Order: sequence, then structure tokens, then C-alpha cells
Amino acid sequence: MAVYEQTYKRYTGKLTPDWSRFLIIPRHAYESIFSSKLFTAFFVICFLPLLLEAILIYLHHNFTALTIMQATVRDLIPIDNTFFRFWTYLEGFFAFFLALLLGPPLVARDLRNNALPLYLCRPFSRTEYVMGKMSVILILLSMITWIPQLLLFLFQSYLQGFAWFKANLWIASAIVMANIVWILLLALLTQTISALVKWRVVASGILLGLFIIPSAFAEIINLLFQTRWGSLLSLGALMKSVTDGLFGLFDRVTGTIAIRDFDDNVVREILLIEPPLWCSWAMLFFVCAVCLAVLSWKVKAYEVVK
Amino acid sequence: MALPASVPEEPIKAQLASTEPPVIDLHGLSVSFGRRQILKNLRGDLRGKAIGLLGPNGAGKTTLIHTLLGFHQPSGGTAQIFGHDIKHDANKIKSLIGYMPERDSFIAKMNAVHFVRLMGELSGLPPEAALERAHEALFYVGLGEARYRRLETYSLGMKQLAKLAQAIVHGPKLIFLDEPTNGLDPPARQRMIKLIREIRDSGHANIVLSSHLLLDVEECCDEILILRDGQIAVYCNLEEERKSNRKFLMLETRGDQDKFVKALEKLGCEYAVSGHRLKVVLQEGVEVRDLYRLADQEQVQLRRLSYKRDSLEDIFLKAMENGDGRL
Repeated sequence: MAVYEQTYKRYTGKLTPDWSRFLIIPRHAYESIFSSKLFTAFFVICFLPLLLEAILIYLHHNFTALTIMQATVRDLIPIDNTFFRFWTYLEGFFAFFLALLLGPPLVARDLRNNALPLYLCRPFSRTEYVMGKMSVILILLSMITWIPQLLLFLFQSYLQGFAWFKANLWIASAIVMANIVWILLLALLTQTISALVKWRVVASGILLGLFIIPSAFAEIINLLFQTRWGSLLSLGALMKSVTDGLFGLFDRVTGTIAIRDFDDNVVREILLIEPPLWCSWAMLFFVCAVCLAVLSWKVKAYEVVK
Repeated sequence: MALPASVPEEPIKAQLASTEPPVIDLHGLSVSFGRRQILKNLRGDLRGKAIGLLGPNGAGKTTLIHTLLGFHQPSGGTAQIFGHDIKHDANKIKSLIGYMPERDSFIAKMNAVHFVRLMGELSGLPPEAALERAHEALFYVGLGEARYRRLETYSLGMKQLAKLAQAIVHGPKLIFLDEPTNGLDPPARQRMIKLIREIRDSGHANIVLSSHLLLDVEECCDEILILRDGQIAVYCNLEEERKSNRKFLMLETRGDQDKFVKALEKLGCEYAVSGHRLKVVLQEGVEVRDLYRLADQEQVQLRRLSYKRDSLEDIFLKAMENGDGRL
């Protein structure tokens, strides 16, 4: 079917492997995403905390620089699991805003323009479609979360020595796991909202609301019933527990907490029993399962009216 | 009045004998949405180069196409496309077909080249080949000059052509066209029909054309499948119908028509009465002069006598009247 011939001919050339087809979606998506200068600028800003993290690691091992700055290693934050958890939180924050910008139109735009039959009439399944759309977010968020942090972990290991690397290898797995859980949750939530709401602004608002409203609700429950179990409703609190757990910093409060006034007198004592870590994991799995169920219901070539 | 049967409940065997597997082979295909049965035990093998899918609204045309494309699961039976089962070889089938949906379908914020290229890549073409063929397909359908424009800015006719381009970019063996001329003005419709006929005549692809417009089907298709209430009402080879020597005569009479009609019946002719008009199918051995003789005998004037081929409209209307697969 050459331009000059203007006739219909079959394609008889080589085909791409089936497993790689879902990657076509992110490749084409990035073409339009990075055509926006504003987005590109924000994406670059997302790397600034990582640069700061790299500088801090470097300073720990550069005595000349410390001398110039008239500081000692003790003045710096120690590089341990708490250090890496802090940067995981910070980058997670940026990842959230990136997902907020990227996610909402991905599926919604296809649903609004009836594009799903065009995808699904090809050797391209619904699962591949969802994987493709999710990978638009997953790949980009990976680039600002676990990949650079893992590189910084290796940088620290290189400067500190093999013994440190061997002793703290578990931190590397915590970095990868905590970030992947977070970006997977973000990808699933944004795709689900995108599949349910056709308007970008509304979808972004709902995503923001999903983190703010249940958190406020959870705090009200915690205050009213003097418990910590309400935190299971807050996605932010769930992620905090899970991340703390992975970094070995989850401290389950199971005892009385004294409420003191300004003069340090005990006003009253509250018995607080924090939900165990597995409850947070279970809730996250539940949220992910609901998202997958909604996606399976909504991502169809055509809605069937029964 | 019973006219020759064309499609009963039995499997349809195409008149063109071939060792190739049929384009579409229906094995008791049924589809239900909840309690509603949309397609009921469809059977038959379709072998035409261009198969027209006709039927009134709600007959099940689009559901049949969607089921063959794998969008709906059959509730009973199955179907095969080029010998591949729709239940088990869905991916294989999808790599052989192209689909032009009825509704406005496109991917927003893309120009036509980008859109068609993406569709090509999703069909398995490597990026370079997809880009090359996207340009070719857009030139082929007549959107060469507008190929860098965003799809949102296209007119309805241009969107239809872009949909056709995405359906053929990967060079499929079978192309499903669902109402391709919907909303097109006469010149655009003519262009679409011309393209469909060109693809058909190229011999590189079979076409299934679903349309409400009988003229479109008549101009493009060599076989027709008429659905009514989810069942096959008629399946026939239009070419064969056209070539058959079953001659239809249109008569206009004056006088005692009842006597004339009874005499015709005695001759073994089949007929249909509509006021003073009679439609008669001559049986073997009966000549036109026999009709003049009968008219003279029954004192009936023959005001007009003309030969008339059974048009697609007649076939369609009869199918709607009988609904039992008979012509």
C-alpha cells in the first residue's frame, strides 16, 4: 500500500512480540505529556530533593567540604533507615502531585471518545490496556522515586564500603518496596477514578479528596472514640504505617497516653491501641482489589445494557 | 405464497465450493444480555468477498459483529473466522481483522498520522512500518492533505475516513465496517463506497458491511445476511440471485383479476397481488405468450408487462414479512 500506488495491500512483514504491546501506550503518551513545558518543568523540579539527598550523602564522606563549611559529620543527619524513609516520604509527596497531573485524563479521554473498541478490536487485551495506562504513571513515578533512591543507596554504599552495603541491604529492599506500593496505589487510584469520571478537573478533585476527606474522617473517629483504629480509613496513615513497617520504624502504640496541660500536669489518660501493621496491609490490599474490580467493570469495548 | 427457500434453520452452505475455510462459520451462535437473548442459534458459513449484514434496528447486526470481535462472550454455540474459534483463538483472529466502528471513535489530542500509527503499532506493526503505513493508509482514503490535522477538527466525513484508515492500516484479511456511510453527504458516501469496492476488488481482504442502507449493500456486497429478531432471516448470494433465471414479471391488469390469478395458479406460477398489479414468477416451461393466452381466456386486459429482477429491497422486505429464511 504505497502512497504512489494507492491500492490496498496486506501487511506481510514482521510483527512485534505480544508481551511488549502494552508499552506502546506509555511511549505514545509521553510524546504528548512532555510536549507541555509546564509539566516538563515540574518533572525537573521533582529531582531537586534527590539532588539535595545526593549532596548530603556526599558531604558525609567529604571532610574537605565539611571543614570549609565548619561542620562535622555529627552535625549532619545520620545516613540510616530514618534518612532514607524521610526522602521516601518527600519523593512520595512529589509523586502524588505528578499522578494528580498525569492520571485523570488517561482512561477518561478514551471513554469520552469511545476509543476503547479501537484498542480492544486489536490483539490487545483489557489487561494489557490497563497495564499500558498504569505503566504511563508507574514508569514516570519510578523515575523520581525508587530508581534514583536506589542509585543514591548504591552511591552511599560505594562511599561507605562493602560492609555498610551488606549490613544495610534490607534498606534497599525497603526503598523499593515502599515506593512501589505507593506508586502502585497511586496508579490504581488514578486509573479507577479516571474510568469513573470523564472530566479531568473533577477526577483530580476526587483523587485529592480521597486523601483528605477520609483522613479528616479518621481523625474525627479517633478523637470521638479515643482510638487509633480510625486511621485505617486514611490512605495517608495506611501508607505511613506500611512505609514505617518496611523501614523497621513502625512503633505500635498499645498503652495509655497521658494528656498534659501547659504546666505538664496530667489532665487525663487515654488508652490507645494502634491497629497492628497487618491491618494496614490488609486495608491497602482491599483498596487495590476494589480498584481492580472497578477497572474490570468499566474497561470494556462497549457497555452492555442488560 | 411460498417462494423458493433460501435459508432455513439448517447450516448454510455457500454455493461457491472452496477448500478454504469459510470467512465466518457460525455454529449455533447465541448471545444473551442478562435475560434478553439477542442472537439465537445462528448457523451458517459465509464465504463472500463482501458480505452485507442487514436487518432492522435491534435485529442483532452490531451484536453479531461485536461477538465476532470478542467484545461479547457467546452464551451458546460458537463461531469461527478463517477457521479460528472466537472463544479460543481471539488474539489470532484480532490480528487478522480490522474494525471500523459505527460511533464516533478516536483518540483525543492526536493528529491523524499519530492516531493511525498508534493503531498500527497496537496491531503488531513495528513503529517504522506503522508510521509508513499510516501515511499510506491516509493517502489511500483521501486524507493525505489533512493528515497532520488534529482529529477533533475533522468533519464527520473525514472522521469516517480516518476510522477506515485505522481499520486498514495493518492490512487485515477481514474488515468489519459498521455503518460506514452514516451521516455522509452524497459525494462523501460515493467516495466511501468506491473505497470499499476497491478494497473488495483488490482480493486482499474480505469485507463484512453492516448497514441500514440497502443501496450501500447492493453496491458493495456479493452476499447478504439479513437478521431479524436475532435470527437469520435470509442468507443469499446476491450475484447468484441476479444471475438466476428466475424471471419476475410485473403485470398491470384490468378486468376480473381473481379468475386470472386462479388460472395462473393452475399453471403453477407464483404470484403476489397488489391492487391492479401482479408480480409473477414464471415456472419452467411457462412462456409469456401463455400469460397472453390466459388473459384472453379470462377476459383480462394486460395494460403493462415488464421483466423485473428481484432487488435487494424485495429480498429484504420479504425477509421482514416471512422471517423464516424464505425468499
